[in-house]
Amino acid sequence: MTPVSGAAFVWISLIKILVVFSGLLTLIAFWTWVERRGAAWIQNRLGPNRVGPEGLFQPVADGLKNFIKEETLPPFSDRFLFVLAPMMAFTPALITFAVVPFASPLPTPWGLVNSAIADLPIGFLFILAISSLGVYGVVLAGWSSNNKYSLLGGLRGSAQMISYEVSMGLAAVAVLVLSGNITMNEIVARQQQSLWFVLPLFVAFMTFLIASFAETNRLPFDLPEAEAELIAGYHTEYSSMKFAMFYIAEYSNMVTASALLVTLFLGGWDIPFTAWDNTPPWTVLKFVATFAAFWAKVLFFMFGYVWVRWTLPRFRYDQLMDLGWKVLLPVALAYVMVVAVAVWALEALGVAFGVPYALALTAVSAVLGALLIWGLDHNRVIGGSASRQRARWRADAARAKGAA
Amino acid sequence: MTLIAFWVFSGIAIGSAFLCITRRSPVASALWLVNTLFSLAAIYVLLDAHFIAAAQVLVYAGAIMVLFLFVIMLLNLGRAEPSDLKGAWGRVVAGVAGLVLAGELIVLRLAVPPGELVLPPGTVAGTVAARGAVRAVAQPLFQSYLVPFEITSLLLLAAIVGAVVLAKRRL
Repeated sequence: MTPVSGAAFVWISLIKILVVFSGLLTLIAFWTWVERRGAAWIQNRLGPNRVGPEGLFQPVADGLKNFIKEETLPPFSDRFLFVLAPMMAFTPALITFAVVPFASPLPTPWGLVNSAIADLPIGFLFILAISSLGVYGVVLAGWSSNNKYSLLGGLRGSAQMISYEVSMGLAAVAVLVLSGNITMNEIVARQQQSLWFVLPLFVAFMTFLIASFAETNRLPFDLPEAEAELIAGYHTEYSSMKFAMFYIAEYSNMVTASALLVTLFLGGWDIPFTAWDNTPPWTVLKFVATFAAFWAKVLFFMFGYVWVRWTLPRFRYDQLMDLGWKVLLPVALAYVMVVAVAVWALEALGVAFGVPYALALTAVSAVLGALLIWGLDHNRVIGGSASRQRARWRADAARAKGAA
Repeated sequence: MTLIAFWVFSGIAIGSAFLCITRRSPVASALWLVNTLFSLAAIYVLLDAHFIAAAQVLVYAGAIMVLFLFVIMLLNLGRAEPSDLKGAWGRVVAGVAGLVLAGELIVLRLAVPPGELVLPPGTVAGTVAARGAVRAVAQPLFQSYLVPFEITSLLLLAAIVGAVVLAKRRL
Protein backbone atom coordinates (compact mmCIF):
# COMPACT_ATOMS: atom_id res chain seq x y z
CA MET A 1 0.00 0.00 0.00
CA THR A 2 1.35 3.44 -0.85
CA PRO A 3 1.46 6.46 1.46
CA VAL A 4 -1.38 8.96 1.06
CA SER A 5 -0.80 11.94 -1.21
CA GLY A 6 -2.61 14.91 -2.71
CA ALA A 7 -5.77 16.36 -1.19
CA ALA A 8 -6.30 13.29 1.01
CA PHE A 9 -2.93 14.02 2.65
CA VAL A 10 -4.04 17.51 3.68
CA TRP A 11 -7.35 16.27 5.12
CA ILE A 12 -5.79 13.33 6.92
CA SER A 13 -3.09 15.59 8.37
CA LEU A 14 -5.75 17.99 9.66
CA ILE A 15 -7.66 15.12 11.25
CA LYS A 16 -4.44 13.77 12.80
CA ILE A 17 -3.63 17.17 14.28
CA LEU A 18 -7.11 17.49 15.80
CA VAL A 19 -7.18 13.95 17.17
CA VAL A 20 -3.63 13.93 18.54
CA PHE A 21 -3.81 17.32 20.24
CA SER A 22 -7.25 16.81 21.77
CA GLY A 23 -6.02 13.40 22.94
CA LEU A 24 -2.90 14.99 24.41
CA LEU A 25 -4.86 17.67 26.24
CA THR A 26 -7.23 15.07 27.65
CA LEU A 27 -4.28 12.99 28.84
CA ILE A 28 -2.74 16.08 30.45
CA ALA A 29 -5.98 16.92 32.27
CA PHE A 30 -6.28 13.33 33.42
CA TRP A 31 -2.68 13.32 34.58
CA THR A 32 -3.19 16.27 36.92
CA TRP A 33 -5.67 13.98 38.68
CA VAL A 34 -3.19 11.06 38.64
CA GLU A 35 -0.50 13.32 40.07
CA ARG A 36 -2.71 14.51 42.94
CA ARG A 37 -4.12 11.08 43.74
CA GLY A 38 -0.66 9.53 43.36
CA ALA A 39 0.84 12.12 45.69
CA ALA A 40 -1.93 11.45 48.18
CA TRP A 41 -1.36 7.71 47.94
CA ILE A 42 2.39 8.08 48.50
CA GLN A 43 1.81 10.43 51.44
CA ASN A 44 -0.87 8.20 52.94
CA ARG A 45 -3.83 10.54 52.53
CA LEU A 46 -6.87 10.62 50.22
CA GLY A 47 -6.45 13.39 47.68
CA PRO A 48 -9.27 14.80 45.51
CA ASN A 49 -12.02 12.14 45.54
CA ARG A 50 -15.27 14.16 45.60
CA VAL A 51 -15.99 15.21 42.01
CA GLY A 52 -17.21 12.16 40.10
CA PRO A 53 -16.11 8.57 40.73
CA GLU A 54 -12.78 8.57 42.62
CA GLY A 55 -12.53 12.31 41.89
CA LEU A 56 -12.06 11.62 38.19
CA PHE A 57 -13.86 14.81 37.11
CA GLN A 58 -11.63 17.00 39.29
CA PRO A 59 -9.68 18.28 36.22
CA VAL A 60 -12.97 19.47 34.66
CA ALA A 61 -13.83 21.36 37.83
CA ASP A 62 -10.31 22.81 37.97
CA GLY A 63 -10.54 23.88 34.34
CA LEU A 64 -13.86 25.60 34.92
CA LYS A 65 -12.51 27.29 38.03
CA ASN A 66 -9.48 28.56 36.10
CA PHE A 67 -11.70 29.98 33.35
CA ILE A 68 -13.93 31.99 35.66
CA LYS A 69 -11.29 33.14 38.15
CA GLU A 70 -10.22 36.76 38.28
CA GLU A 71 -7.35 37.55 35.97
CA THR A 72 -4.61 39.62 37.57
CA LEU A 73 -2.26 41.93 35.74
CA PRO A 74 0.45 43.38 37.99
CA PRO A 75 0.64 47.19 37.54
CA PHE A 76 4.39 47.49 36.87
CA SER A 77 4.73 44.47 34.61
CA ASP A 78 5.57 44.55 30.94
CA ARG A 79 2.00 44.01 29.64
CA PHE A 80 2.81 42.55 26.24
CA LEU A 81 5.47 40.09 27.41
CA PHE A 82 3.41 39.17 30.46
CA VAL A 83 0.59 37.97 28.18
CA LEU A 84 2.98 36.47 25.63
CA ALA A 85 4.95 34.35 28.12
CA PRO A 86 2.31 31.65 28.87
CA MET A 87 1.76 31.20 25.14
CA MET A 88 5.51 30.86 24.57
CA ALA A 89 5.61 28.13 27.21
CA PHE A 90 2.48 26.39 25.92
CA THR A 91 3.05 26.26 22.15
CA PRO A 92 6.49 24.59 21.85
CA ALA A 93 5.50 22.08 24.52
CA LEU A 94 2.55 20.89 22.43
CA ILE A 95 4.22 21.12 18.99
CA THR A 96 7.13 18.80 19.84
CA PHE A 97 4.87 15.77 19.97
CA ALA A 98 4.10 16.18 16.26
CA VAL A 99 7.04 14.08 15.03
CA VAL A 100 6.69 11.16 17.44
CA PRO A 101 5.29 8.00 15.79
CA PHE A 102 2.99 6.43 18.40
CA ALA A 103 1.82 3.30 16.54
CA SER A 104 2.46 1.29 13.40
CA PRO A 105 1.14 2.81 10.14
CA LEU A 106 -2.63 2.66 9.75
CA PRO A 107 -4.10 1.37 6.46
CA THR A 108 -7.00 3.50 5.16
CA PRO A 109 -8.89 3.48 1.85
CA TRP A 110 -6.68 6.42 0.72
CA GLY A 111 -3.36 4.72 1.49
CA LEU A 112 -1.03 4.07 4.38
CA VAL A 113 -1.16 6.72 7.11
CA ASN A 114 1.93 7.31 9.24
CA SER A 115 1.03 7.66 12.90
CA ALA A 116 3.28 10.69 13.48
CA ILE A 117 1.62 13.96 12.42
CA ALA A 118 4.70 14.98 10.43
CA ASP A 119 7.38 12.46 9.49
CA LEU A 120 10.14 15.06 9.07
CA PRO A 121 13.54 14.14 7.57
CA ILE A 122 15.19 15.77 10.62
CA GLY A 123 12.84 14.06 13.11
CA PHE A 124 14.75 14.10 16.34
CA LEU A 125 16.52 17.42 15.70
CA PHE A 126 13.11 19.06 15.32
CA ILE A 127 12.24 17.98 18.85
CA LEU A 128 15.51 19.30 20.26
CA ALA A 129 15.10 22.59 18.37
CA ILE A 130 11.50 23.27 19.34
CA SER A 131 11.83 22.12 22.93
CA SER A 132 14.80 24.47 23.35
CA LEU A 133 12.33 27.30 22.69
CA GLY A 134 10.25 26.34 25.71
CA VAL A 135 12.69 28.18 27.96
CA TYR A 136 11.45 31.53 26.59
CA GLY A 137 8.15 31.07 28.37
CA VAL A 138 9.92 30.67 31.72
CA VAL A 139 12.40 33.49 31.12
CA LEU A 140 9.85 36.01 29.86
CA ALA A 141 7.35 35.19 32.59
CA GLY A 142 10.08 35.72 35.18
CA TRP A 143 11.27 38.98 33.71
CA SER A 144 7.98 40.62 32.72
CA SER A 145 6.33 40.06 36.12
CA ASN A 146 8.64 42.70 37.65
CA ASN A 147 8.92 40.68 40.83
CA LYS A 148 12.25 39.62 42.26
CA TYR A 149 11.15 36.06 43.04
CA SER A 150 9.80 35.65 39.52
CA LEU A 151 13.02 37.02 38.09
CA LEU A 152 15.10 34.59 40.16
CA GLY A 153 12.89 31.75 38.94
CA GLY A 154 13.30 32.85 35.34
CA LEU A 155 17.09 33.13 35.67
CA ARG A 156 17.33 29.72 37.28
CA GLY A 157 15.08 28.25 34.60
CA SER A 158 17.15 29.59 31.71
CA ALA A 159 20.49 28.50 33.20
CA GLN A 160 19.19 25.06 34.14
CA MET A 161 17.52 24.33 30.82
CA ILE A 162 20.54 25.42 28.76
CA SER A 163 22.89 23.35 30.93
CA TYR A 164 20.91 20.13 30.74
CA GLU A 165 20.06 20.51 27.08
CA VAL A 166 23.74 19.86 26.33
CA SER A 167 23.91 16.53 28.17
CA MET A 168 20.51 15.58 26.77
CA GLY A 169 21.70 16.20 23.22
CA LEU A 170 24.96 14.32 23.80
CA ALA A 171 23.11 11.33 25.27
CA ALA A 172 20.92 11.32 22.17
CA VAL A 173 24.03 11.40 19.93
CA ALA A 174 24.86 7.87 21.14
CA VAL A 175 21.41 6.75 19.94
CA LEU A 176 21.92 8.47 16.60
CA VAL A 177 25.33 6.79 16.17
CA LEU A 178 23.70 3.41 16.62
CA SER A 179 20.63 4.09 14.49
CA GLY A 180 22.54 5.83 11.69
CA ASN A 181 19.62 8.14 10.96
CA ILE A 182 17.62 10.80 12.74
CA THR A 183 14.08 10.17 11.55
CA MET A 184 11.98 8.79 14.38
CA ASN A 185 10.63 5.91 12.25
CA GLU A 186 14.17 4.80 11.42
CA ILE A 187 15.21 4.86 15.09
CA VAL A 188 12.23 2.64 15.95
CA ALA A 189 12.96 0.31 13.01
CA ARG A 190 16.60 -0.17 14.09
CA GLN A 191 15.49 -1.14 17.58
CA GLN A 192 13.07 -3.67 16.10
CA GLN A 193 15.98 -5.22 14.19
CA SER A 194 18.12 -5.58 17.33
CA LEU A 195 17.41 -4.85 21.00
CA TRP A 196 15.78 -1.86 22.60
CA PHE A 197 18.53 0.73 22.95
CA VAL A 198 18.06 0.91 26.72
CA LEU A 199 20.31 -2.18 26.96
CA PRO A 200 23.14 -1.39 24.50
CA LEU A 201 23.09 2.30 25.51
CA PHE A 202 22.35 2.06 29.20
CA VAL A 203 24.55 4.97 30.28
CA ALA A 204 23.04 7.25 27.61
CA PHE A 205 19.58 6.22 28.83
CA MET A 206 20.42 7.21 32.43
CA THR A 207 21.91 10.54 31.31
CA PHE A 208 18.89 11.26 29.14
CA LEU A 209 16.48 10.33 31.91
CA ILE A 210 18.14 12.65 34.45
CA ALA A 211 18.44 15.48 31.93
CA SER A 212 14.79 15.12 30.95
CA PHE A 213 13.76 15.65 34.57
CA ALA A 214 15.74 18.89 34.57
CA GLU A 215 14.37 19.96 31.18
CA THR A 216 10.78 19.56 32.30
CA ASN A 217 11.49 21.46 35.56
CA ARG A 218 10.15 18.61 37.65
CA LEU A 219 11.31 17.65 41.10
CA PRO A 220 14.10 17.03 42.12
CA PHE A 221 15.07 19.83 39.70
CA ASP A 222 12.13 22.21 40.05
CA LEU A 223 14.40 25.10 41.06
CA PRO A 224 12.62 27.65 38.80
CA GLU A 225 9.49 27.39 40.94
CA ALA A 226 10.83 26.05 44.27
CA GLU A 227 7.87 26.96 46.51
CA ALA A 228 9.93 27.01 49.67
CA GLU A 229 12.30 29.68 48.34
CA LEU A 230 10.56 31.62 45.55
CA ILE A 231 6.81 31.50 46.39
CA ALA A 232 5.99 29.94 43.01
CA GLY A 233 8.98 31.11 40.98
CA TYR A 234 8.41 32.38 37.46
CA HIS A 235 4.61 32.07 37.58
CA THR A 236 4.08 33.76 40.95
CA GLU A 237 2.15 36.67 39.41
CA TYR A 238 -0.06 34.60 37.13
CA SER A 239 -3.64 33.64 37.83
CA SER A 240 -6.60 31.90 36.18
CA MET A 241 -6.09 30.46 32.67
CA LYS A 242 -2.63 32.00 32.17
CA PHE A 243 -1.44 30.10 35.21
CA ALA A 244 -3.14 26.95 33.91
CA MET A 245 -1.27 27.31 30.63
CA PHE A 246 2.04 27.00 32.47
CA TYR A 247 0.72 23.84 34.07
CA ILE A 248 -0.44 22.43 30.73
CA ALA A 249 3.02 23.24 29.33
CA GLU A 250 4.70 21.39 32.19
CA TYR A 251 2.55 18.30 31.75
CA SER A 252 2.84 18.26 27.99
CA ASN A 253 6.62 18.53 28.38
CA MET A 254 6.32 15.47 30.59
CA VAL A 255 4.37 13.62 27.89
CA THR A 256 6.89 14.58 25.23
CA ALA A 257 9.90 13.68 27.38
CA SER A 258 8.35 10.29 28.21
CA ALA A 259 7.47 9.70 24.55
CA LEU A 260 11.05 10.58 23.60
CA LEU A 261 12.51 8.22 26.19
CA VAL A 262 10.25 5.48 24.85
CA THR A 263 11.05 6.17 21.20
CA LEU A 264 14.80 6.50 21.64
CA PHE A 265 15.43 3.80 24.22
CA LEU A 266 12.39 1.53 24.62
CA GLY A 267 11.63 0.67 21.03
CA GLY A 268 8.84 3.19 20.41
CA TRP A 269 5.70 1.31 19.42
CA ASP A 270 7.52 -2.04 19.26
CA ILE A 271 5.91 -4.94 21.12
CA PRO A 272 8.68 -6.95 22.80
CA PHE A 273 9.46 -10.64 22.10
CA THR A 274 7.57 -10.80 18.82
CA ALA A 275 8.27 -9.74 15.25
CA TRP A 276 4.57 -9.90 14.35
CA ASP A 277 4.11 -6.13 14.74
CA ASN A 278 7.22 -5.10 12.76
CA THR A 279 6.50 -6.36 9.29
CA PRO A 280 4.44 -4.88 6.49
CA PRO A 281 1.03 -6.23 5.92
CA TRP A 282 -0.20 -3.39 8.18
CA THR A 283 -3.62 -3.97 9.68
CA VAL A 284 -5.90 -2.05 11.99
CA LEU A 285 -5.30 -4.71 14.65
CA LYS A 286 -1.54 -4.08 14.55
CA PHE A 287 -2.21 -0.34 14.80
CA VAL A 288 -4.32 -0.82 17.93
CA ALA A 289 -1.86 -3.25 19.53
CA THR A 290 1.22 -1.10 18.93
CA PHE A 291 -0.73 1.98 20.03
CA ALA A 292 -1.46 0.27 23.33
CA ALA A 293 2.18 -0.84 23.68
CA PHE A 294 3.49 2.68 23.09
CA TRP A 295 1.14 4.36 25.54
CA ALA A 296 1.71 1.71 28.18
CA LYS A 297 5.43 2.56 28.09
CA VAL A 298 4.78 6.31 28.05
CA LEU A 299 2.38 6.14 30.99
CA PHE A 300 4.98 4.10 32.89
CA PHE A 301 7.49 6.96 32.58
CA MET A 302 4.83 9.55 33.34
CA PHE A 303 4.00 7.70 36.51
CA GLY A 304 7.74 7.65 37.18
CA TYR A 305 7.68 11.46 37.14
CA VAL A 306 5.02 11.49 39.86
CA TRP A 307 6.80 8.82 41.83
CA VAL A 308 10.19 10.57 41.76
CA ARG A 309 8.55 13.85 42.71
CA TRP A 310 7.47 12.45 46.08
CA THR A 311 10.62 10.39 46.61
CA LEU A 312 13.58 12.70 46.12
CA PRO A 313 14.11 16.06 47.85
CA ARG A 314 14.89 19.19 45.83
CA PHE A 315 18.51 19.82 44.86
CA ARG A 316 20.35 22.95 45.94
CA TYR A 317 21.17 25.22 43.03
CA ASP A 318 24.96 24.66 43.08
CA GLN A 319 24.40 20.91 43.35
CA LEU A 320 22.19 21.10 40.29
CA MET A 321 24.86 22.92 38.29
CA ASP A 322 27.61 20.58 39.52
CA LEU A 323 25.57 17.55 38.50
CA GLY A 324 24.90 19.01 35.07
CA TRP A 325 28.34 20.28 34.15
CA LYS A 326 30.75 18.16 36.21
CA VAL A 327 29.03 14.78 36.08
CA LEU A 328 26.44 14.41 33.31
CA LEU A 329 28.29 16.34 30.61
CA PRO A 330 31.67 14.51 30.92
CA VAL A 331 29.88 11.17 31.27
CA ALA A 332 27.75 11.77 28.17
CA LEU A 333 30.76 13.03 26.18
CA ALA A 334 32.98 10.10 27.15
CA TYR A 335 30.17 7.68 26.47
CA VAL A 336 29.67 9.01 22.93
CA MET A 337 33.38 8.34 22.31
CA VAL A 338 33.12 4.82 23.74
CA VAL A 339 30.03 4.02 21.66
CA ALA A 340 31.64 5.40 18.51
CA VAL A 341 34.79 3.31 19.06
CA ALA A 342 32.73 0.21 19.84
CA VAL A 343 30.59 0.67 16.72
CA TRP A 344 33.74 1.19 14.65
CA ALA A 345 35.35 -1.93 16.10
CA LEU A 346 32.23 -4.03 15.51
CA GLU A 347 32.04 -2.83 11.93
CA ALA A 348 35.76 -3.52 11.42
CA LEU A 349 35.15 -7.05 12.71
CA GLY A 350 32.34 -7.39 10.18
CA VAL A 351 29.51 -7.96 12.67
CA ALA A 352 26.19 -7.25 10.96
CA PHE A 353 23.68 -5.02 12.77
CA GLY A 354 21.38 -7.27 14.74
CA VAL A 355 20.94 -8.96 18.10
CA PRO A 356 24.61 -10.13 18.59
CA TYR A 357 25.82 -6.62 17.67
CA ALA A 358 23.50 -5.11 20.29
CA LEU A 359 24.53 -7.71 22.87
CA ALA A 360 28.21 -6.83 22.40
CA LEU A 361 27.36 -3.18 23.06
CA THR A 362 25.24 -4.23 26.02
CA ALA A 363 28.28 -5.91 27.58
CA VAL A 364 30.33 -2.72 27.15
CA SER A 365 27.53 -0.60 28.62
CA ALA A 366 26.98 -2.96 31.54
CA VAL A 367 30.64 -2.68 32.58
CA LEU A 368 30.64 1.11 32.15
CA GLY A 369 27.31 1.52 33.90
CA ALA A 370 28.41 -0.57 36.88
CA LEU A 371 31.69 1.38 37.15
CA LEU A 372 29.83 4.67 36.91
CA ILE A 373 27.28 3.80 39.56
CA TRP A 374 30.03 2.50 41.84
CA GLY A 375 32.12 5.64 41.25
CA LEU A 376 29.30 8.12 41.85
CA ASP A 377 27.93 6.27 44.83
CA HIS A 378 29.92 7.47 47.83
CA ASN A 379 28.11 5.00 50.01
CA ARG A 380 29.58 2.48 47.57
CA VAL A 381 26.74 0.04 47.09
CA ILE A 382 23.69 2.30 46.89
CA GLY A 383 22.06 2.88 50.27
CA GLY A 384 20.49 5.83 52.00
CA SER A 385 20.65 7.04 55.57
CA ALA A 386 18.98 3.83 56.76
CA SER A 387 21.89 1.70 55.59
CA ARG A 388 24.38 3.97 57.36
CA GLN A 389 22.28 3.78 60.49
CA ARG A 390 22.24 0.01 60.28
CA ALA A 391 26.04 -0.07 59.98
CA ARG A 392 26.28 2.17 63.06
CA TRP A 393 23.96 -0.09 65.05
CA ARG A 394 26.01 -3.09 64.09
CA ALA A 395 29.21 -1.37 65.15
CA ASP A 396 27.59 -0.32 68.47
CA ALA A 397 26.36 -3.87 69.08
CA ALA A 398 29.81 -5.32 68.36
CA ARG A 399 31.42 -2.80 70.73
CA ALA A 400 28.86 -3.58 73.47
CA LYS A 401 29.57 -7.26 73.08
CA GLY A 402 33.33 -6.60 73.29
CA ALA A 403 32.88 -4.55 76.51
CA ALA A 404 30.75 -7.27 78.09
CA MET B 1 2.73 27.91 -2.73
CA THR B 2 6.46 27.85 -1.99
CA LEU B 3 6.76 31.36 -3.41
CA ILE B 4 3.99 32.70 -1.14
CA ALA B 5 5.66 31.07 1.86
CA PHE B 6 8.99 32.60 0.85
CA TRP B 7 7.57 36.14 0.62
CA VAL B 8 5.70 35.77 3.91
CA PHE B 9 8.75 34.55 5.81
CA SER B 10 11.19 36.99 4.21
CA GLY B 11 8.74 39.80 5.00
CA ILE B 12 8.60 38.69 8.63
CA ALA B 13 12.39 38.37 8.75
CA ILE B 14 13.02 41.87 7.39
CA GLY B 15 10.26 43.44 9.48
CA SER B 16 11.53 41.82 12.68
CA ALA B 17 15.13 42.77 11.87
CA PHE B 18 14.00 46.37 11.47
CA LEU B 19 12.09 46.27 14.76
CA CYS B 20 15.10 44.62 16.42
CA ILE B 21 17.35 47.60 15.70
CA THR B 22 14.76 50.28 16.42
CA ARG B 23 13.35 49.08 19.78
CA ARG B 24 14.60 50.92 22.85
CA SER B 25 14.16 48.06 25.32
CA PRO B 26 16.95 45.44 25.03
CA VAL B 27 14.55 42.60 25.85
CA ALA B 28 12.18 43.55 23.02
CA SER B 29 15.15 43.87 20.67
CA ALA B 30 16.40 40.40 21.56
CA LEU B 31 12.94 38.91 21.04
CA TRP B 32 12.58 40.48 17.61
CA LEU B 33 15.97 39.02 16.75
CA VAL B 34 14.67 35.59 17.78
CA ASN B 35 11.75 36.15 15.44
CA THR B 36 14.15 37.00 12.60
CA LEU B 37 16.20 33.88 13.23
CA PHE B 38 13.05 31.79 13.26
CA SER B 39 11.79 33.06 9.92
CA LEU B 40 15.29 32.50 8.47
CA ALA B 41 14.97 28.88 9.60
CA ALA B 42 11.66 28.68 7.74
CA ILE B 43 13.39 29.96 4.58
CA TYR B 44 16.08 27.28 4.99
CA VAL B 45 13.33 24.66 5.09
CA LEU B 46 11.93 26.08 1.83
CA LEU B 47 15.42 25.54 0.36
CA ASP B 48 15.28 21.86 1.48
CA ALA B 49 18.08 22.56 3.98
CA HIS B 50 16.27 20.88 6.87
CA PHE B 51 19.37 20.26 8.91
CA ILE B 52 20.56 23.85 8.70
CA ALA B 53 17.08 25.01 9.70
CA ALA B 54 17.04 22.78 12.77
CA ALA B 55 20.57 23.84 13.71
CA GLN B 56 19.57 27.48 13.30
CA VAL B 57 16.65 27.17 15.71
CA LEU B 58 18.53 24.90 18.12
CA VAL B 59 21.74 26.91 18.34
CA TYR B 60 20.74 30.51 17.71
CA ALA B 61 17.12 30.82 18.81
CA GLY B 62 17.28 28.12 21.47
CA ALA B 63 20.67 28.64 23.08
CA ILE B 64 22.51 31.83 22.12
CA MET B 65 19.52 34.16 22.34
CA VAL B 66 18.52 32.63 25.67
CA LEU B 67 22.00 33.47 26.93
CA PHE B 68 21.58 37.02 25.61
CA LEU B 69 18.28 37.35 27.47
CA PHE B 70 19.91 35.83 30.54
CA VAL B 71 22.63 38.49 30.51
CA ILE B 72 20.13 41.29 29.85
CA MET B 73 18.01 40.13 32.76
CA LEU B 74 21.01 39.64 35.04
CA LEU B 75 22.25 43.18 34.42
CA ASN B 76 18.62 44.36 34.54
CA LEU B 77 18.89 46.52 31.43
CA GLY B 78 15.11 46.72 31.40
CA ARG B 79 14.70 50.49 31.25
CA ALA B 80 15.35 52.41 28.06
CA GLU B 81 18.75 54.08 27.97
CA PRO B 82 20.07 56.86 25.77
CA SER B 83 21.08 55.75 22.31
CA ASP B 84 24.64 54.52 21.68
CA LEU B 85 24.73 56.38 18.38
CA LYS B 86 26.24 59.70 19.45
CA GLY B 87 27.07 62.71 17.39
CA ALA B 88 27.08 63.39 13.65
CA TRP B 89 30.09 61.15 12.96
CA GLY B 90 28.41 58.01 14.20
CA ARG B 91 25.42 58.65 11.97
CA VAL B 92 27.60 59.37 8.92
CA VAL B 93 29.64 56.17 9.38
CA ALA B 94 26.46 54.11 9.89
CA GLY B 95 24.87 55.63 6.80
CA VAL B 96 27.96 54.94 4.65
CA ALA B 97 28.17 51.33 5.89
CA GLY B 98 24.49 50.85 5.10
CA LEU B 99 24.91 52.25 1.58
CA VAL B 100 27.92 49.98 0.93
CA LEU B 101 25.91 46.96 2.07
CA ALA B 102 22.95 47.91 -0.14
CA GLY B 103 25.34 48.31 -3.10
CA GLU B 104 26.85 44.89 -2.47
CA LEU B 105 23.40 43.30 -2.36
CA ILE B 106 22.39 44.92 -5.65
CA VAL B 107 25.63 43.75 -7.34
CA LEU B 108 25.08 40.23 -6.02
CA ARG B 109 21.49 40.23 -7.32
CA LEU B 110 22.59 41.35 -10.79
CA ALA B 111 25.56 38.95 -11.05
CA VAL B 112 25.10 35.68 -12.91
CA PRO B 113 26.30 32.74 -10.78
CA PRO B 114 29.03 30.61 -12.43
CA GLY B 115 27.74 27.47 -14.12
CA GLU B 116 29.36 24.92 -11.79
CA LEU B 117 27.63 26.46 -8.75
CA VAL B 118 24.14 26.14 -10.25
CA LEU B 119 22.53 22.77 -9.46
CA PRO B 120 19.68 21.44 -11.57
CA PRO B 121 16.35 21.93 -9.76
CA GLY B 122 15.47 19.19 -7.29
CA THR B 123 19.07 18.10 -6.62
CA VAL B 124 19.03 19.02 -2.95
CA ALA B 125 15.60 17.46 -2.37
CA GLY B 126 16.82 14.31 -4.12
CA THR B 127 19.97 14.10 -2.00
CA VAL B 128 17.98 14.56 1.21
CA ALA B 129 15.51 11.87 0.17
CA ALA B 130 18.27 9.44 -0.86
CA ARG B 131 20.82 9.91 1.91
CA GLY B 132 18.99 11.55 4.81
CA ALA B 133 19.07 15.20 5.85
CA VAL B 134 22.10 14.88 8.13
CA ARG B 135 24.31 12.69 5.97
CA ALA B 136 24.02 15.16 3.10
CA VAL B 137 25.73 17.75 5.34
CA ALA B 138 27.94 15.45 7.41
CA GLN B 139 29.68 13.60 4.60
CA PRO B 140 31.29 16.62 2.91
CA LEU B 141 31.93 18.22 6.30
CA PHE B 142 33.88 15.28 7.74
CA GLN B 143 35.53 14.10 4.50
CA SER B 144 36.22 16.84 1.96
CA TYR B 145 36.34 19.73 4.43
CA LEU B 146 37.71 18.01 7.52
CA VAL B 147 40.74 20.28 7.94
CA PRO B 148 38.83 23.58 7.77
CA PHE B 149 36.29 22.09 10.16
CA GLU B 150 38.97 21.17 12.70
CA ILE B 151 40.61 24.58 12.37
CA THR B 152 37.26 26.23 13.10
CA SER B 153 36.94 24.13 16.24
CA LEU B 154 40.43 25.34 17.32
CA LEU B 155 39.24 28.91 16.82
CA LEU B 156 36.24 28.24 19.06
CA LEU B 157 38.49 26.64 21.67
CA ALA B 158 40.69 29.75 21.66
CA ALA B 159 37.59 31.90 22.12
CA ILE B 160 36.44 29.80 25.08
CA VAL B 161 39.85 29.94 26.73
CA GLY B 162 39.94 33.70 26.17
CA ALA B 163 36.50 34.13 27.73
CA VAL B 164 37.49 32.10 30.79
CA VAL B 165 40.72 34.07 31.21
CA LEU B 166 38.84 37.37 30.94
CA ALA B 167 36.14 36.28 33.37
CA LYS B 168 38.44 34.70 35.95
CA ARG B 169 41.49 36.86 36.51
CA ARG B 170 42.80 34.57 39.23
CA LEU B 171 42.40 30.94 38.33
